[in-house]
Amino acid sequence: MKLRLAIPVATAALALAALAFVVPAMAADTPDPVADAKAFQKYFTDKFPKLKPQDFVNGPYSMNEDLHKQWEEKEEFPPYEFALEAGKEMFATPFKNGKSYGDCFPDKGIGIRQNYPYFDEKEGKVVTLELALNRCREANGETPLSYVRDEMASLTAYMAFTSRGKPMNITIPNDPRALAAYENGKRYFYTRRGQLNFSCASCHVQSPGERIRAEILAPALGILNAMPIYRSEWSGMGTTSRRFVTCNSQTRAVPLEPQSDEYRDLEYYLSYVSNGLPISGPGARP
Amino acid sequence: MSMRTSSVRNIVTAAVLLLAGAAPAFAASETDFKAAYVAAEAAEKEAGQLRNRWTTAEAALKAAQKAAEAKNFDAGIAAAKEAEALAKASIFQATSEKERWKDMEIH
Amino acid sequence: MASTIRVRAISNGDTTEVQALIQHPMDSGFIKDAQGQTIPPHFIQQLIFEHDGKKVFVADWGPAVSKDPYVKFAFKGGKKGDDLKISWADNKGASDSTTAKIA
Repeated sequence: MKLRLAIPVATAALALAALAFVVPAMAADTPDPVADAKAFQKYFTDKFPKLKPQDFVNGPYSMNEDLHKQWEEKEEFPPYEFALEAGKEMFATPFKNGKSYGDCFPDKGIGIRQNYPYFDEKEGKVVTLELALNRCREANGETPLSYVRDEMASLTAYMAFTSRGKPMNITIPNDPRALAAYENGKRYFYTRRGQLNFSCASCHVQSPGERIRAEILAPALGILNAMPIYRSEWSGMGTTSRRFVTCNSQTRAVPLEPQSDEYRDLEYYLSYVSNGLPISGPGARP
Repeated sequence: MSMRTSSVRNIVTAAVLLLAGAAPAFAASETDFKAAYVAAEAAEKEAGQLRNRWTTAEAALKAAQKAAEAKNFDAGIAAAKEAEALAKASIFQATSEKERWKDMEIH
Repeated sequence: MASTIRVRAISNGDTTEVQALIQHPMDSGFIKDAQGQTIPPHFIQQLIFEHDGKKVFVADWGPAVSKDPYVKFAFKGGKKGDDLKISWADNKGASDSTTAKIA
């Protein structure tokens, strides 16, 4: 398959570009996303040698035998079906001005989820899929959707579904701002926060497969590939924004605004280091 | 705190005069509370600028305000001091994590 | 409007295996909304599966069942092509039903 070749080629190209970009006077701490991603994936595949790389996108279901059986049953009749159907309908319904979501995206918005988030060089910032959807709405005279509620989740569920199986494909252009955003996301991921003093890594790097209270923790590798998710705990769908917000409050940190810079950069980093793993969204979780 | 009737104002004056000479063991005043609250608020504001506020600091601050509204300044000061301590801890966390995050990084 | 009932019924020898996913808020009446107001109870009280004029599965539900309930069961009988009728009624007097073919 073309993509299989493209990844090592792209990796080589990125590596060369990164080398070319490095100014000799720079400190040893020059970001090297390619090396990061490699180390990140190796860490998890070493930790769970029985798993295939694509298994990681199922999060806790790949961490526990009993949960895996529950997941297999769930997949026969997934709880996100209603949201998915609603999302398909929403996506096809034109705005009041006659235009539709497809007009805002490449390929009419079908089969493109794996390219998000991307770094927008004009704006100099990371653009996530949720952000792009709301910008599309606003550009066409519609009110933006809440980032943490059902409608946004339905839309991203549909778009993820059209990309199912496609490998995550985040690019970092040869732009110091893009590298800075990537680094910012990485820093956020590893920084302890909240009164409980947890970083994202505390749970998802140090303790995947282990329990926090009654939950089995998911590995960070591929953790966004299944988004958005129907979470039984929420009795409903949740977007990436919703998950970031709740993770923050669960560590007793006051959450930031959905789609704030830190969250966008975090999504950028987490998606990039999971490059190559298939999109499995929409997903279901306990 | 505005007390319109003169009889209530007389009582308050008397109380204030009594308290003015009181030992620290007596009930705290609104002034003491305000000082404690302002300090807590300032610390929490700094934590906010660092984008690292804790939910428990916010809750303590709100509890302090609520206690003060019920004229329970002792409880108000205790809550304000807790809020300040939590806020300061969150500032310490944000500052030290600027470097320490690297300890957790996968290499 | 789309049906609230998704059903899959598969004939397996002399048994039919049925799975159904029903869209319903299943509000218990104990939860408060963001404004602090109690969300009134709104839940399915009875769920019935019928095959060949006979009730093969009857559920009497209450507020303990979660939102968008999922049901899975098997019954003796039923063959490919048969009709399976599913209907529910809730405490507000609303109802829905659908008929599916056993596969």
